[in-house]
Amino acid sequence: MKEIVVISGKGGTGKTSVTASLAMLGLDNMIVADCDVDAADMHLLMQPKQSETSDFFSGVLAVIDQDKCIQCGKCAEICRWQAIPVIDSKYEVQALDCEGCGYCALVCPVQAIKMESQNVGDWIISDVKSSTKMVHAKLHIGAENSGKLVAKVKNEAKALAKSKGLDYVLVDGSPGIGCPVVSSLSGADLVVLVTEPSVSGIHDLKRVYQLVKKFSIPANCIINKADINENKSKELKQFLAKEKIELLAEIPYDDNFTKAMTMGQTIVEYDPDGIGSIIKMCWNKIK
Amino acid sequence: MKVAIASGKGGTGKTTISTNLVKMLAEKQKVILADLDVEEPNSGLFLDGELYHSEDKYRMVPDWDKTNCILCGNCQKVCNFNAVMKLVDQIMVFPELCHGCYACSELCPTNSLPMVPRKMGVLNHYKMANLDFIDSKLIIGEEQAVPLISQTIEYVDDFFGANTLKIFDSPPGTSCPVIEATKDADLILLVTEPTPFGLHDLTLAVDTMIEMKKPFGVIINRFGIGDNNVEKYCEENNIPVIAKIPNDRKIAELYSAGKLLYSTIPGVRMELEKIAEFITDQQEVK
Repeated sequence: MKEIVVISGKGGTGKTSVTASLAMLGLDNMIVADCDVDAADMHLLMQPKQSETSDFFSGVLAVIDQDKCIQCGKCAEICRWQAIPVIDSKYEVQALDCEGCGYCALVCPVQAIKMESQNVGDWIISDVKSSTKMVHAKLHIGAENSGKLVAKVKNEAKALAKSKGLDYVLVDGSPGIGCPVVSSLSGADLVVLVTEPSVSGIHDLKRVYQLVKKFSIPANCIINKADINENKSKELKQFLAKEKIELLAEIPYDDNFTKAMTMGQTIVEYDPDGIGSIIKMCWNKIK
Repeated sequence: MKVAIASGKGGTGKTTISTNLVKMLAEKQKVILADLDVEEPNSGLFLDGELYHSEDKYRMVPDWDKTNCILCGNCQKVCNFNAVMKLVDQIMVFPELCHGCYACSELCPTNSLPMVPRKMGVLNHYKMANLDFIDSKLIIGEEQAVPLISQTIEYVDDFFGANTLKIFDSPPGTSCPVIEATKDADLILLVTEPTPFGLHDLTLAVDTMIEMKKPFGVIINRFGIGDNNVEKYCEENNIPVIAKIPNDRKIAELYSAGKLLYSTIPGVRMELEKIAEFITDQQEVK
């Protein structure tokens, strides 16, 4: 089984549009995992039909039993996040500030603080139109542990692929270089970088590629909006050559991506002979 | 006054709006821009200024001192993040997993886990006439953006008075880095694009702002591409649409070269003026 992760560093480069297209081409030999759990959009193109939703519990949050509390203030004193201010002469935990470390519960002399596990989101297995299954998630507002939810989505996708004897797991990663990205990358066999020839695109690609290198995962690259800036395009290709990253394809700037999206379609459905054919060529190279 | 420029979806134009807005505002007044997207900070690519100050940023993590350690294993027991592990003959610390709660260190009976600084990033402060620009960059491999974001805000708070207008270019998404970057703001401007992805992620960002009880407005970027569902959504939910930046290949080209737009594309300047006006109105309400 081959696990392919699509990432970009910078947002808005077309990562999800490309991933959904690859998913349409992989058909019934893959499971798709949307690991961009913060801003999960792939379902808008994959149109899930039947879904099975499960709660995801992760991390803990301090809860004070006001009947037991003796107002000693030790919890507030040791909290590094100032998450336990006094409100109406009561010590109250601010959920959005609590890091879930549990230190306060340990120092409370009367055991008035309990650490309660948090429902931080949902994870979902859906039947999608490419005749495969997709694992995706919805992180609750301001929730922590998005890295753990990413790991959950990915592991469920892998287990599903294994149980069905499928050859591919295709992962839509998240932007940035922090914990959700690290979680998306761990255990991957191949990274597909989707970028654009702009100062930001190149800057962010270089940073995220340093992270990819730490994991020693082979990578290749799709340049989207390739004709937007000739000089930057050249600079980008020099970087790819220097790092021995295979350039899979250059996709021109094209409003058809957006038109396809507004119709709930991937570009391989909307424009099969144009950009769709470029992405088909990419899939043939990476599969 | 603090204004955070945020968005659910990445790549909607937060940095474009932030950099162009502050440069335009700086023609007439003093303004601060802080790039809080510490994982992938881009604002600096569009601004040039003189480096005024640079400092390494650290967070505190435990470091095992074996001298008096009795290997009781309490440290491992109290850590909720699996960052401390007791082996047969030693204590192992995984600093990248540590959240810095100090529990292992302060609850150690033999003071064998003193907290030591660990470098997580670099903060740079640039000056250009009326504009101060602060930019922090997370070291690659460091997974937690939140401590660097909060220290960057602290730097800005300590350095500039409460009356100065501060613009925060925030990270994308709706999870902990965004909360950290927006929780002190007086006003949030959510940048979106008129597409199904833009709308979906905007609704998540709006829910986050409502949960945080923050005043906010929406800026539609690439206006004209896609459909009109973002406008419909804003109208139905009484969310002010402050400005609409037109969809224009020329803008994408200038952006790709690291160039600012407000002085070359008249339509953009007009929309930025609307944003400036909205901020001033909110300031007066405040």
